[in-house]
Amino acid sequence: MTPILQVKGVTKRFGGLTANNDISFDVAEREILSVIGPNGAGKSTLFKLIASFLRTTSGEVLLKGRRISNLAPHKVARLGVVRTFQETTIFRSMTVRENIIVAHHLRSKASLLGFFLGTKQARSDEAEFGASADEIIDFLGMGAIRDEFASNLPQGHLRALGMAIGLATNPTVLLLDEPFAGMNHDETMRMVANVRRLRDERGVTVLLVEHDMPAVMKISDRIVVINFGEKIAEGTPAEIQANEKVIEAYLGSEDAAIGM
Amino acid sequence: MNTQKLVGVGVFLIAVFGIVPWLISVTGRWDFYYTLTSVALLSIASAGVWLTFYIGRINIGQGAYALAGGYVSAILTTQAGFSFWATLPLAGLFCAGLSILIGLPILRLRGVYFAMVTLVLTEVGRLAALALPVTNGAKGITSIPLPGELSIFGLTLIPDFATLENPKLAFYLVAAFLMVICYAALYRIVNSRLGHLCRSLQQNEELSASIGVNTAYLRVLAYSISSFFGGIAGAMFVAISQSIYPSSFQVTDSVNFMLNCFLGGLGYVFGPMLGTLMLYFGWDLLFTAGRFQLLIYSSLLIILMLFLPNGVLSLFERKGGRK
Ligand SMILES: Nc1ncnc2c1ncn2[C@@H]1O[C@H](COP(=O)(O)OP(=O)(O)O)[C@@H](O)[C@H]1O
Ligand SMILES: [Mg+2]
Repeated sequence: MTPILQVKGVTKRFGGLTANNDISFDVAEREILSVIGPNGAGKSTLFKLIASFLRTTSGEVLLKGRRISNLAPHKVARLGVVRTFQETTIFRSMTVRENIIVAHHLRSKASLLGFFLGTKQARSDEAEFGASADEIIDFLGMGAIRDEFASNLPQGHLRALGMAIGLATNPTVLLLDEPFAGMNHDETMRMVANVRRLRDERGVTVLLVEHDMPAVMKISDRIVVINFGEKIAEGTPAEIQANEKVIEAYLGSEDAAIGM
Repeated sequence: MNTQKLVGVGVFLIAVFGIVPWLISVTGRWDFYYTLTSVALLSIASAGVWLTFYIGRINIGQGAYALAGGYVSAILTTQAGFSFWATLPLAGLFCAGLSILIGLPILRLRGVYFAMVTLVLTEVGRLAALALPVTNGAKGITSIPLPGELSIFGLTLIPDFATLENPKLAFYLVAAFLMVICYAALYRIVNSRLGHLCRSLQQNEELSASIGVNTAYLRVLAYSISSFFGGIAGAMFVAISQSIYPSSFQVTDSVNFMLNCFLGGLGYVFGPMLGTLMLYFGWDLLFTAGRFQLLIYSSLLIILMLFLPNGVLSLFERKGGRK
């Protein structure tokens, strides 16, 4: 099987600091792959490089064999690689539903002028976005907060909204940076199930960065471990839990012990 | 649009095109036409500034585009024999084009940096008008003819202003008409997808890019529409005063356009219109205060902004609602 996403020798330097050093791995279609590592290991940087929010110092990222590194971020999103943020990012002064509707931008068939004039295509687009937003809201079980302003939401709901926004773009590869942060156990388990369904029902390939180890072990097909900007291991959850280097890296840091 | 809004629009149109002219003819206060025409045109320029606010940029450079639009119209009518009515859209288009060139580099800046650059832009506009041969330096361009006849297929839409008994009324009607068109367009922009995307840009540019919005393009588009408004307002002004000088639009004008938006409310399409009306009349009413005029005026503005940070229109807002 050909991989959908290939990370090839990606390096990123910030001045003297090497945040990512020659990282390579492949992601198969419909795979759920987690990237883990201690704080400051370079995980978010890696996601930013994949979504092309940062330019690589060297190396490249390929989507279905096509180079996507160093394209403008909106072009990469257009090709189907969409990232949610570690810092909760939503449109604060919009309701949950408005947030999701606006995120449907990539699916519009009418032009901006068409929307201005209110053409038939524009109206059918709007109706479609509304219906699709409601579907996503139901999919993620957010019906109760549909018309709530995003600025009023607690952390757990914000994360869910971040994922909903990502979903609205109809991604082929979705990058979730710490999607379970700030969630309690029940919320996390619900989101884990949602991520699974995302893959099973919508065929989305998911990459995620997460610190909640039980959730990572439960959800991932494979795991890539990064420490000090270098990939130190790659494998199934069972393989990673037994990996010497990984245990060492985690014992040497303040992060909670790995495992379940 | 619901019925309530339609009624509101109807009342507004009747007031502007019916009641105001009637009141003025009854009271004989013909000078009010000039005042209200100015308010209408200034509110068009302010509407442009408001749109730049809507993408999250503080624009203190609208004076530059009003000046440029004014010169385009003046030069084309006096030196190339264009009809004023043709120069009106051309002035707008010229400013839109100019703003694309200027906007491409400066729209990457945010916050106070963008504001500062636009502030300088107004001054650059004045200096350019002083220096360029085509603008005739400090002497400016004077004796610009009144707008001629506008006809389509032999049908006269607007008669030659020089033949009119009351050109003041005609200018008022044209300015008010332009204002209505501009605000209708702005309302449509804000309530269509373009507006939603602008809001997404204002609230979170990075996220906006990650959902696939071409943020650079959208910023330039909004800025060029904004400058188009500035250009036509400037051109219309010049037609009324029949002259233009490098000092016709200055930094204070740019600042006032911005204040109009703040005062009326950045969250409301009609905020800049109300803000312009209040600021213009407020300044005039304080005329009697003599040398304290500026002091009282500025203090009132500061107090208003402290207590109504979301503009005067926020007074009428129902809780939790918007627009
Ligand atoms: N824009 C930046 N400029 C300079 N240094 C950065 C920048 N972004 C991240 N870094 C540094 O790169 C390292 C990796 O950061 P990050 O990728 O955010 O780690 P993680 O997400 O694994 O916690 C950190 O040392 C961080 O300080
Ligand atoms: Mg991180």
